[in-house]
Amino acid sequence: MNLNPFTDPLVDNNPISKQILGICSALAVTTKLETAVVMGIAVAAVTAMSNLTVSLLRHRIPQSIRIIIELTVIASLVIVADQFLKAYFFNISKQLSVYVGLIITNCIVMGRAEAYALKNPPWPSFLDGLGNGAGYGLVLIVIGAFRELLGSGKLFNFEVLRLQTEGGWYAGNGLLQLAPGAFFLLAALIWILRTLKPEQQEPGR
Amino acid sequence: MNYLKKGLDKLKPKFAPGQKWHVFAPIYDAFDSFCFTTGDVTQGRTHVRDGLDLKRIMSLVVIAVFPSMIFGIYNTGHQIHLAISKGASPLDAWQTHLFSALGGSFNPSVLNDFFHGLCWFFPIYLVTFVVGGGLETLFALVRRQTINEGFLVTGTLFPLILPVTIPLWQVALGIAFGVVVGKEVFGGTGTNFMNPALVGRAFLFFAYPSNITGESIWTAAQFPDGLSGATLLHNAHENAQSFTFGSDWWNAFFGQMGGAIGETSAFLCLLGGLFLLLTQIISWRIVLGIAIGTTLTATLLNLCPDSSNPMFSLPFYWHMVLGGWAFGCFFMATDPVTSAMSLRGKWIYGLLLGALIVTLRVFNPAYPEGVMLAILFMNMLAPLIDHMVIAAHIRRRTARDAH
Repeated sequence: MNLNPFTDPLVDNNPISKQILGICSALAVTTKLETAVVMGIAVAAVTAMSNLTVSLLRHRIPQSIRIIIELTVIASLVIVADQFLKAYFFNISKQLSVYVGLIITNCIVMGRAEAYALKNPPWPSFLDGLGNGAGYGLVLIVIGAFRELLGSGKLFNFEVLRLQTEGGWYAGNGLLQLAPGAFFLLAALIWILRTLKPEQQEPGR
Repeated sequence: MNYLKKGLDKLKPKFAPGQKWHVFAPIYDAFDSFCFTTGDVTQGRTHVRDGLDLKRIMSLVVIAVFPSMIFGIYNTGHQIHLAISKGASPLDAWQTHLFSALGGSFNPSVLNDFFHGLCWFFPIYLVTFVVGGGLETLFALVRRQTINEGFLVTGTLFPLILPVTIPLWQVALGIAFGVVVGKEVFGGTGTNFMNPALVGRAFLFFAYPSNITGESIWTAAQFPDGLSGATLLHNAHENAQSFTFGSDWWNAFFGQMGGAIGETSAFLCLLGGLFLLLTQIISWRIVLGIAIGTTLTATLLNLCPDSSNPMFSLPFYWHMVLGGWAFGCFFMATDPVTSAMSLRGKWIYGLLLGALIVTLRVFNPAYPEGVMLAILFMNMLAPLIDHMVIAAHIRRRTARDAH
């Protein structure tokens, strides 16, 4: 079985670090590891299911209104994900606030439906959606882990480094709690990845 | 000297391409050109080498900042001893113990003040150069470039814009961020678009605000209740008071107050700034632009005082002696790399910067100071200003030559 559609977007063709998509939510939901993980799973589920549905419908979709149909599919799936989180993980859903609903605007979901699902059979499309969602989630988890650990000394709300404000020794880095901190981390991650894998670099101008 | 020269020349072949130590050639090169003028002669036909090279520019800036640094060291100790004579107690820190162990006493005298200040300043300075210089060297080695003198200025300016009580690990983190993110990722000296020393300070400012802004961090002493170590700018921000042109102003002008290590004396910044203006290292258009921008904005705000915000009535001549105005105006905003390049652009850059400093100081309720953020913001706009000036110039010329 060919698992390439799944494994390729994990690192080599990662939606965030290679294609620089979905940056907005990557900055917004990564102050804590918990929200990053949930957001990653939600996006992976939506992308996988929307790719699957669009791929199943691909011979029936008229070329001229394909975007509207894709959007309808994605929007329905996002509502399902949002309602699911509200029903079973209410606290996390409150922390994620509008960002679950905003998955619909995430370029990755739409991009994969357009670029892959419209041209490929259901199973590879499903894998591709899952892989891109997982690649997105992977970056979110790395950034979320650094931000939560260095910013507030915790991982999954579990105290790792005791903060000075609570009588410990660690001084929380306030910059990492702010969105620019995530930007710097993201830039550093991309820098490291492209140094380790020079084939990811764009040709120099 | 001759012995040193011979020794260096003898080592030189070992750093040649293909030899054992070639990887470290930039270090040899840096040391060699630090000690002696380069012996290289231009090879091309029409290339003229200006005597004013990067090395001389950087050295002149360091010389210009030197008086502020010396006074800053003295003033650091002076402020501690002043606070102690008013009832504060010395800070329980290793710097204080070192000063005592070396035989210093807390009586205010020029020598005592300077010596105590040095015990606080030197560790900050050392950490800055070890960490920042180390990273600079590392990048030069990896990229196989020569180590240039750019860091000399960044490393001299950075400690002077910090409060004296800043933890040393934060100094290391700040200068590392400034050098790497503020400069090296954009290609190193000359290709950065923001002042690296200010980028480092901004990092600390947002990451660890309690160590770099507030009332109790500007003097290395423990204040009892009822006595405060707040800076004059902080007081102006908090309480309504009348600011007049008198002995208080002259004290502030000469730097008899608390604040960041090297920033307090507007007089010495002016002295260093005049030296840089005379040697044409910095642009008088930018300096004058900032002064005019500050004067106009502050005067405008003076005309419509707001009873709930005392900063509205702070006159422009007080703006210029408080906080980092003079230091930023002469040594930071005028950085030839990160300021505007075109002559008209320099005016616009300076005027907007002056106006922005006052605006941030007056309207931002969170912090009293705004020089750092204003300069970084204008650094960011400088390429845009140049672009618009050139575009306007081209439009004008095209219209003139159209018929």
